[in-house]
Amino acid sequence: MTDTIQDTPLVIAGKTYSSRLLVGSGKYKDNEETRLATEASGAEIITVAVRRSNIGQKPDEPNLLDAIPPEKYTILPNTAGCYTAEEAVRTCRLARELLDGHNLVKLEVLADEKTLYPDVIQTLKAAETLVKEGFEVMVYTTDDLTIAKELEAIGCVAVMPLAAPIGSGLGVQNPYGIKFIIEELKVPVLIDAGVGTASDAAFAMELGCDGVLMNSAIAAAKNPVLMASAMKKAIEAGREAYLAGRMPRKRYASASSPIDGTFF
Amino acid sequence: MQIIVNGEQRDVADGLTAAQLVDDMDITGKRIAMEVNLEIVPRSSYAEHTFNAGDKVEIVHAVGGG
Repeated sequence: MTDTIQDTPLVIAGKTYSSRLLVGSGKYKDNEETRLATEASGAEIITVAVRRSNIGQKPDEPNLLDAIPPEKYTILPNTAGCYTAEEAVRTCRLARELLDGHNLVKLEVLADEKTLYPDVIQTLKAAETLVKEGFEVMVYTTDDLTIAKELEAIGCVAVMPLAAPIGSGLGVQNPYGIKFIIEELKVPVLIDAGVGTASDAAFAMELGCDGVLMNSAIAAAKNPVLMASAMKKAIEAGREAYLAGRMPRKRYASASSPIDGTFF
Repeated sequence: MQIIVNGEQRDVADGLTAAQLVDDMDITGKRIAMEVNLEIVPRSSYAEHTFNAGDKVEIVHAVGGG
């Protein structure tokens, strides 16, 4: 930040973060690419998935958490692939054990394989159980204000509506709906999923959301490390533009150079 | 006796402990979590936890995800 408007930092579950970009660790070529892209993104919160050990893998296969060590990053285990509240709760309990009692989780309960759209009914059920069990729940949801408010009321620490379907790269499809959520909620609102390129991320931040969580936009780029760097800048640029306050839109031109003093 | 580990039947010695299973799977010391019949078995109690025939065991670790 250059000056005048001092930004307030992003605070999730009582912890302060200086980066408003959160990244996933999926779809990378190898752990080294994950490590380099994560570093280039400047992200401090990194999502991981929880899967069976020793199925189709070599025992000496490098561990993901060596590339993104929990001592350096806030690891955010997700419940990706869960289609019921029960599956999601089980996954979170295993994740907490895996990460030595770390309570922060990303809850997502999916409705349908083709769209990976959130099942908000199962999501609400899972969120209630998880909050009761002491989890700090960052929740992936639709761009519906009523559901977002309910998730906040349940006690979720961040509400994360999708920009567009997971992995679609379509960008923010319902900016007005997202803005309703940003305006009405007190907990951080982050865009989760659907961002395709840097301008999508900047646009999301210009709406006033507190951060953006993305994976495919970086990992599926031709050069993931370069895209990670682009996203870092886009998030910062979008945030600054939001704080600066954009000029009003006009239908007609308004000259930037003075009319007075022309010599012709 | 038979137990089910990560969805697969496994013939193991009676009274096998969680620590022994993890050792058999070559993942001792790795960052994993274990669930037996839907209940978490903390890493600190692997040495004492013994399996019963028919137990459904899930052993998980972190992988890349978004």
